[in-house]
Amino acid sequence: MNTKKIDNQSVGIVKTRYHTFAEPPNKMELENGEKLGPITLAYETYGQLNKNSSNAILITHALSGDAHAAGYHSESDGKAGWWDFMIGPGKPFDTNKYFIICPNVIGGCKGSTGPSSVNPETGSSYNLDFPNITIGDMVKAQKHLISFLGIKKLLSVAGGSMGGMQVLEWAIRYPDSVLSAIPVATSARLSVQGIAFDIVGRHAIYADKNWNNGEYISQNKIPAQGLGVARMLAHITYLSEESMFRKFGRELNSEKREGYNLSNDFEIESYLRHQGKRFIKRFDANTYLYITKAIDYFDLIRDHGSLKKAFQNVLCKFLVLSFSSDWLFTTEQSREIVKALRINQKNVTFCEIASSCGHDAFLLRNNHMEKMISDFLVHNYNQPECQ
Amino acid sequence: MIKWQDSARADIDIITDLVKPGSLILDLGCGNGEILNKLISEKKCRGHGVELYHDAIVACVEKGVPVIHGNLDDGLNDYEDHSFDYVILSRTLQVVHKPHLLLREMIRIGKICIVSVPNFGHYKVRSYLFFRGRMPVTKELPYQWYETPNIHLLTIHDFYALCKSENIRILKQINLIRGSRKSYWAGLLPNLFAEQVIFTLGQT
Repeated sequence: MNTKKIDNQSVGIVKTRYHTFAEPPNKMELENGEKLGPITLAYETYGQLNKNSSNAILITHALSGDAHAAGYHSESDGKAGWWDFMIGPGKPFDTNKYFIICPNVIGGCKGSTGPSSVNPETGSSYNLDFPNITIGDMVKAQKHLISFLGIKKLLSVAGGSMGGMQVLEWAIRYPDSVLSAIPVATSARLSVQGIAFDIVGRHAIYADKNWNNGEYISQNKIPAQGLGVARMLAHITYLSEESMFRKFGRELNSEKREGYNLSNDFEIESYLRHQGKRFIKRFDANTYLYITKAIDYFDLIRDHGSLKKAFQNVLCKFLVLSFSSDWLFTTEQSREIVKALRINQKNVTFCEIASSCGHDAFLLRNNHMEKMISDFLVHNYNQPECQ
Repeated sequence: MIKWQDSARADIDIITDLVKPGSLILDLGCGNGEILNKLISEKKCRGHGVELYHDAIVACVEKGVPVIHGNLDDGLNDYEDHSFDYVILSRTLQVVHKPHLLLREMIRIGKICIVSVPNFGHYKVRSYLFFRGRMPVTKELPYQWYETPNIHLLTIHDFYALCKSENIRILKQINLIRGSRKSYWAGLLPNLFAEQVIFTLGQT
């Protein structure tokens, strides 16, 4: 029992739901021209949709996130959703006021259609037959879900990292359907350095014999080693030197030590291995390949000619947030977005939040982030068209 | 680091009066966004502020005033020429590292610039230095020399000289004593009696 955790600021026990659409022959066309269907999106909702459906907020998750953004799945569930401190009664995404929707992305492995899903045409999992999906495809699928829920215009779309990319895509692709946007710790295109880290992560998976060109589900094996190493590497990019030093320093596991051995001896090694081990239990290797590719390929400048052109037709207000110690999605990258919006005379607010926690900062409590998001939403919610 | 001060600012009403309704505004060093908030709500203006300090940015967001986190000392070169109807610099000129370069940039970006400055030539400031022999600490300039954010103090005559050398035209000058523009003496001898002066500036 964790009744202590389920306090009056928690959304409580929640259930993941599923929406299936794009049934053949009405498959959804993807950006690469291929068609996919049927598509299932796993999603969770918190709070109540109001009468005129004007209080809906879409939360978009990052690479390893899922639909479970807040609350607990059962009484004995020890772990809250990934943005629990942001979503709930009285929290920034206040479920007393707003209706919050968080879907698992297309290509994911936590209930939405992805490479590990069964292809109804073959009766076995898609694996590498799964089409290449993009951030745009993720957003297009989310639009189906939003329409299904009876929402024409979202009060806001908010998310960090890859979630922030989806936020930008929403604002550009469906300008009439978004009243405000909160892209956090994100970029209009990942840095080359970021792509390079993703490449090494994917190669760790390719190099695992169990990966077997993506055909591992039928073999009853998983490329645990490869996926674990990919996660360990990625985790380094989510932290900062300062936060790593503060948490682990150069501490060793055992105090008594003569010379060194090749076993696990640094604290940071234990931590990264722990992260890797935890990850393989909950994540699919092929999904990791597809989604990191979608992140790497996301490029608003290439898609639109320039960032200025990319944002010229957006209609929503923006709250752009970055974190000072984030070297994966840097403040400079956020500033590029802000500049392009500003030149287009769009309503944009930007703040680089002081934090030593690196890219992970958006998943950690921060007074400034919480207050700004809360106030920004209230101002948008109080506009006449929402009442 | 000096914390941003939430001081009462006498020039808010006067600057609001100077701006034409519906204008596009850039407020540099906008603090907690009071001026912009007034311009947006009372004069249907658009635009945004630029602010360095987190607490001030958070206060702007609380009001619903658009603000961009930035340091004026990093320059404004990604702002396009004549892209704003008004560029406002309220009691901020004296805290930047290169006031002359900032003024030059403002004139490039704005059609009209509004600048307010505390006057270091005020007779009380002069007498403080003369009689006490120490750096003046006044209501307008309430900091000790070692902690003041006001690193480029100036008199009204210094400001005239800078405008002349930068080819900046002074369109209007409003001399204030305790926030009031109705002083005979401040009008007669602003460099001696005005505590604070608001200028509107344009290109020559």
